[in-house]
Amino acid sequence: MSEAVPNPSQAAWRRRALLLAPLAVAGLGGAGFYAMLRGLGTGDYDPRGVPSALIGKPAPDFTLPPLEGSGLPGLSAADLTAGRPVLVNFFASWCVPCVIEHPQLMRLARDGIAILGIAYKDKPEDSLGFLKRHGTPYARLGVDQPGRVAIDWGLYGVPETYLIDKSGIIRWRMAGPVTEEILAQQVTPLLRRLA
Amino acid sequence: MIRWLFLPMLAAMLAIGPALAVGDPADQLPNPAQEERARVIGRELRCMVCQNQSIEDSDADLARDLRRIVREQVAQGKPDDAVLRFVHERYGDFVLLKPPFKPETAILWGMPAIALLGGALLIRGMRRRRVPLAPDELTQAERDRLAQLAGRPRE
Amino acid sequence: MIPEIGHFALALALALSLAQAAVGLIGAQRADARLMGAAAPLAAGVLVAVAAAFACLVWAYVANDTTVLNVVQNSHSAKPMLYKVSGAWGNHEGSMLLWVLILALCGGAVAAFGTNLPSALQARVLGVLALVALGFLGFILGTSNPFERIWPPPMDGQGLNPILQDPGLAFHPPLLYLGYVGFAVTYAFAVAALIEGRVDAAWGRWVRPWALAAWSFLTLGIALGSWWAYYELGWGGYWFWDPVENASLMPWLAGCALLHSAIVVEKREALKTWTVFLALLAFGMSLLGTFLVRSGVLNSVHAFANDPERGTVILILLALYIGGGFLLFAWRAQAMLPTGVFTPVSREGSLVLNNLLLCSIAAVVLVGTLYPMFADLVLKEKFSVGPPFFNTAILPLAVPLIGAMALGPVLPWKRARLFPALQRLWWAALAGLAALALCLMIEGQRVGPALGFGAAAWVILAAVADIADRIALFSRPRAAWARAKGLPRAAWGGATAHAGMGVMILGLAGMGLATDTLRLVKPGETVALAGLDYRLVSVVDAPGPNFSARRATVEVRDGGTLVTVLQPERRSFPQGRMTTTEAAIHTTWLSDLYVVLGEERDGGAVLRIHNNPLAPWIWLGGAIMALGGGLSLSDRRMRVSAPAAKPVKAGARA
Repeated sequence: MSEAVPNPSQAAWRRRALLLAPLAVAGLGGAGFYAMLRGLGTGDYDPRGVPSALIGKPAPDFTLPPLEGSGLPGLSAADLTAGRPVLVNFFASWCVPCVIEHPQLMRLARDGIAILGIAYKDKPEDSLGFLKRHGTPYARLGVDQPGRVAIDWGLYGVPETYLIDKSGIIRWRMAGPVTEEILAQQVTPLLRRLA
Repeated sequence: MIRWLFLPMLAAMLAIGPALAVGDPADQLPNPAQEERARVIGRELRCMVCQNQSIEDSDADLARDLRRIVREQVAQGKPDDAVLRFVHERYGDFVLLKPPFKPETAILWGMPAIALLGGALLIRGMRRRRVPLAPDELTQAERDRLAQLAGRPRE
Repeated sequence: MIPEIGHFALALALALSLAQAAVGLIGAQRADARLMGAAAPLAAGVLVAVAAAFACLVWAYVANDTTVLNVVQNSHSAKPMLYKVSGAWGNHEGSMLLWVLILALCGGAVAAFGTNLPSALQARVLGVLALVALGFLGFILGTSNPFERIWPPPMDGQGLNPILQDPGLAFHPPLLYLGYVGFAVTYAFAVAALIEGRVDAAWGRWVRPWALAAWSFLTLGIALGSWWAYYELGWGGYWFWDPVENASLMPWLAGCALLHSAIVVEKREALKTWTVFLALLAFGMSLLGTFLVRSGVLNSVHAFANDPERGTVILILLALYIGGGFLLFAWRAQAMLPTGVFTPVSREGSLVLNNLLLCSIAAVVLVGTLYPMFADLVLKEKFSVGPPFFNTAILPLAVPLIGAMALGPVLPWKRARLFPALQRLWWAALAGLAALALCLMIEGQRVGPALGFGAAAWVILAAVADIADRIALFSRPRAAWARAKGLPRAAWGGATAHAGMGVMILGLAGMGLATDTLRLVKPGETVALAGLDYRLVSVVDAPGPNFSARRATVEVRDGGTLVTVLQPERRSFPQGRMTTTEAAIHTTWLSDLYVVLGEERDGGAVLRIHNNPLAPWIWLGGAIMALGGGLSLSDRRMRVSAPAAKPVKAGARA
């Protein structure tokens, strides 16, 4: 109590600012929540989507055996630096969204894009059946039955698709099916830019 | 609240499988000290496909894989932070249940200090502003009350 | 027909609430006794109408009326009756209706028991409560009508999630809502005080019972939810720092600060502006929780009502109530001047410290809960903020809080000296240190549990010392009984609640020493854990009312003597194709023996066995805390609430 009482107008101003503080904080919070709700509607704010930690980094080193009976060669990290951008697609026969994205992959393959497949935690005969039913978009196909290589890629579900540029750097990752919109809005322009 | 909490969680589990499963003894390390260390590490790692569960508390496929990897590396004798770094490099900040210190998390980690300091400043400001009454002076009401309470040591 | 009656009753309640808000607020402003007098009967009317609507919804569930969409989505004819009834509030729409029902109950209680309030204050409080009810009734009718029909009706409903079919969880939401909504009343008192521009000791005395009641119910609700998670989820965990758990912890912390600072307003007419702020904050935190859980902004794959449109409406309601309250606060709180003076070391000073620490913890929980969302929005970065963060960040705040909570009650008002107060507690402090040392000796390096045991001994014994001191148990033991009877219930309540906290810390510390083992066991084989032998006897089929199950029988022996027989189950529900585990728990009060049945293979079964020392004391401690709140609430002074009638109060205690 021995401290000097500050000059009254300054004290009153400070008190007013203090009393306004809760309103200001609540207002900012409210604006943030509003932006989140808007973003939920437009897709700008997605509490689920987690970006890959590997963007901008070289693809991990790995070697995967081929799928017996598919006639496709196996896949290793060396195949990713082929002098042109490639897509790496993790899939499984038990994964429903994989069926949804498959036509888009087939189209990309027809357009001459190199798609390298990795069958994730799938029995070889099931993978073969899947490719027989839906077609084979893959130039190479590795089998990752224990799912270890997938963890090196930071995969957390199937399907996931990665875009790797000429020098083997991961540029883009899609967790979930590559739909027609995503193909048109993201994949195709990126491929063109990186070619 | 727990009700609202688990509904989404359950929905998530439904999509992934019975995440409430009990665990597999075969995944455990034979050395109890190592197993305990692996668990402590596992509790710091988020099950990516679950709602706010650590990989130790979930039997989602991916959580099991990560549990196995943590145990392998612990068995190889890697130190705790190396195991955490291995997962962090692959899955990013999101996988750490305790966010790393960096400029983006300064407010979060600074919060206890910010709150305490802010509160202390507020209290100081309030005390300075207080109408300076003589501290020992009693109001009439207090004097009355004191008279009534006489004989009581304290209330 | 009955669902339409319910729908109509809701619309009626909306209209009555509008009238209640208008007569209450306008009547008080114009000092019109006739208008103000109409608020109480209108509040009764709202209560009747909302209760009727709620009864209609429960009827639809009990009768399994499959023409009602809400019933179809959340119920099934094969469900046991208890869960048919509780299913009525086990979903977004029904739980909102329960929320409004409890709000109407509070309004009715203010109308019925608030007759000794100044009529303008009562009218304003009822008016504000009606405004809150108005918003949420509008929300229910506009976006979340529980009575919506579906045609053609399906054969049967889709069932309630089996994990929610549990008696603990049936009563968890009502208790929780009693807490949340109870803070609506303290909020209404705060808004009324801001409109009147006056806060005095009497206001503090009126607000405190509501804060106490709301806080006690919230304590029970949280404890019940935590207990449910412990026995139902089968991991032996009891608190996960999940955003939705945090959403209930924040109003609890703010409410706890509120009921302590209201004591200072009541006794000393100090901290008035701060107390009003806390009253606004406690309800604000309740509403924030509602928003977080129902809007879909949380990181969740399928949020409960992740309809951004609904979220927007709740956000608008939040803006109206929280924003409006804080706006009024910024505008009107200038008028309130503090009068009470005290030195830092005093009862008031200790309560200020309590508020500082409780609010700091609340701030950490709030920021920790919202940080991932805001970091995602602003920084476009994904973070997880989980148990390891909260445990680390809150410990340095909790330790001084626990240290001070024992000391506060023995400090005199206005000015005190620390040393005499500490002298009163020397044996509590000694016991705390002894417990700490003993635990370190027995358990070795585990500092956390040792600190916990020390803190528990300190808090519990300080509460005992406080009471012993007040009744002069040691200085004049013969008069102690008479003094104990004469001691106000509020003193007993405070000490009980503090001791309850100590008991809870005891349980938490015990759980810090929990051990478990996971084994594949064949029938006849034995697993040893924490000095006990668990023998798997058999695994058999055990059908239930709406599920099929596998049931293991496990004998637990201590040496040769049988301690108990545990029967954990794995249930599979055909509705929703879900499997749940039912842990079997036997408590010896010194520890919980907890067995979970896993998958069966190779002629054996996977068993996870936990030994959880002192686990039940966590929730028992919560119940004791709530009991303390109840004891305090039953104090005569809470009910004899005449403002200028201090003599009456003194007389009543003579």
